[in-house]
Amino acid sequence: MTEPLLKVEGLKKYFPIKSGILGQVKNYVKAVDDVSFTVNEGETLGIVGESGCGKSTTGRMLMRLLEPTEGKVFFDGKELTSISNADMRKMRRDIQMVFQDPYASLNPRHTIEKILMEPLNVHDIGDPKERKRKVHEFLEIVGLSSYHAKRYPHQFSGGQRQRIGIARALMTNPKLIIADEPVSALDVSIQAQVLNLMQDLQKELKLTYIFIAHDLGVVRHISDRVGVMYLGQMAELADSEALYEKPLHPYTQALLGAVPVPDPDFVREEIIIKGDVPNPANPPSGCRFHTRCPFKMDICETTVPIFAEVEKGHSVACHLYEQSRPQ
Amino acid sequence: MEDRKKILEVNGLKTSFFTDDGEVPAVDDIDFYIREGEVLGIVGESGCGKSVTSLSIMGLVPSPPGKIVGGEILFQNKDLTHLKEKEMREIRGNDIAMIFQEPMTSLNPLFTIGDQLREAVKIHKRDWSKKQINERAVEMMKLVGLPRAEGLMKDYPHQLSGGMRQRVMIAMALLCDPKVLIADEPTTALDVTIQAQILKLIKNLNERLDTAVLLITHDLGVVAETCERVIVMYAGKVVEEGPVHTIFKDPQHPYTRGLLASVPDMRFKKERLYSIPGNVPKPGTIKTGCRFAARCEFAFDRCISESPPLYSTAEDHQTRCFLYDPKEVQPHDRTVVKS
Repeated sequence: MTEPLLKVEGLKKYFPIKSGILGQVKNYVKAVDDVSFTVNEGETLGIVGESGCGKSTTGRMLMRLLEPTEGKVFFDGKELTSISNADMRKMRRDIQMVFQDPYASLNPRHTIEKILMEPLNVHDIGDPKERKRKVHEFLEIVGLSSYHAKRYPHQFSGGQRQRIGIARALMTNPKLIIADEPVSALDVSIQAQVLNLMQDLQKELKLTYIFIAHDLGVVRHISDRVGVMYLGQMAELADSEALYEKPLHPYTQALLGAVPVPDPDFVREEIIIKGDVPNPANPPSGCRFHTRCPFKMDICETTVPIFAEVEKGHSVACHLYEQSRPQ
Repeated sequence: MEDRKKILEVNGLKTSFFTDDGEVPAVDDIDFYIREGEVLGIVGESGCGKSVTSLSIMGLVPSPPGKIVGGEILFQNKDLTHLKEKEMREIRGNDIAMIFQEPMTSLNPLFTIGDQLREAVKIHKRDWSKKQINERAVEMMKLVGLPRAEGLMKDYPHQLSGGMRQRVMIAMALLCDPKVLIADEPTTALDVTIQAQILKLIKNLNERLDTAVLLITHDLGVVAETCERVIVMYAGKVVEEGPVHTIFKDPQHPYTRGLLASVPDMRFKKERLYSIPGNVPKPGTIKTGCRFAARCEFAFDRCISESPPLYSTAEDHQTRCFLYDPKEVQPHDRTVVKS
């Protein structure tokens, strides 16, 4: 097997909680707490979880839009967390991001041409004439027309803006695109258009995606492998097929059981978990899910379960599967 | 089932917004009804007029710029569109109550949960004693499954999680035993596990209290799971209406079919999602013909020139599409318009 394109080891992000006039650090919000995974070239890794689980923070740390507190990120063999900001900026040519809000992520004062040209200017790609040609080319690729280049963001609908956001990410010919909730602000019919576009682009341009979303249906549709996060940790990671057909972690089971299915005849396996997600500043001891878990054992309250493979390519952090693990 | 009385009837409702660009009809001539104790869903994408419909029923359309320009809303033989604000206030919160999408912004952050619940009872039950009012508030808190109800009465909204706030909103809406509960995207701001809890609660209360529920949502999964009947809206019009089973199993309007086909299903992987071409039209931009014609793969000449009426296609099922006109010519005789 070849080396994965991206390898994340023990990634952590602690946000300090300050209080008092001196701003003393009272505690930390452990937004991401020891997350490891790999992404292979040409695949889509989906990351799902509820709000506050750390999926967006993880995505931002990979690009170093947020500095990790601890941990390592290897991209294409290079370690990203220790390189200088200037070097990191060069690396961002290969790692690009698509954001959730197509309204807030485009500068309203710039024309589309200027917005799309900017990555080329920053990375000094091509001469002005070539850059212009490239802008027009990519507008066509994402399903818009070259005459749109002179317009401003407010003249486009949400779906069109998201296409522009995708075009901007593609301008530098990146290898990896981190898409943070790229379709959650869009209507269903437009969401389908953007998902199809992303899949077509992946095939054509041989892209690798990290697709962060909360919608389990969308994630299954687009992902080859899926990671489920809960309170800053990876609960389960497996091939999309295995995760949806045979979820192991009780949280994954509950999550899948809670999604409303567009079929009135569908009878679900009812695992409605009680209560809310605990405060990440003060996470439960042991397994972080034990306060809501229907299969809680004594060990869950005291010992943190190890995130490790149970079957080939199927990792889970749960004491229920401790025995079935290959020693 | 079907002999239950109609409790709320909307006939030819038209609500417009008067902007600098002239009159924009957000809801354009819609008819529907809710039976006693029924859960009716209104589903559609942003800008289709589903929220304006609910605000029209509650008499909460921001005016100006909005105004109900036509039609009637009948509740217990009274036309709500012609009531004075004072009479409307008697009905609002008492007979017809509403819960909103944002549990974060629908509660006043400066008052305790108890204050806000008591205020809602006080307005409608003026002869009740303080003790009675308080007991009623605590009773409703318990009914919606809030733990330690008495203690929560003294808490402020920021001390509660999103799911708990939505439960408080539901408790508040049900304080006066309303006959109709309008829930406008009640779970959109919530996580899936919390959404499942809230939907279960709404359904449960509907069965126990026999409150009719009008559930407005963009999520087809939520509709399939909670509603008995469904109305599909597009660009201010009702395009299809029917029992939940036939809407999902035998959808008729090309828009409903397209919408259902474009939802990624969590249960299996589709090779490729169907997508409806084009964008949702801005309200008021399409003046003649079927509003969906420009995006419809079956559109033919008549769809551009004439507005289709609702055709009855099965029992309790209606579709606004010329394909279901019994007098319409056969498919091969039509001139299909390329969009």
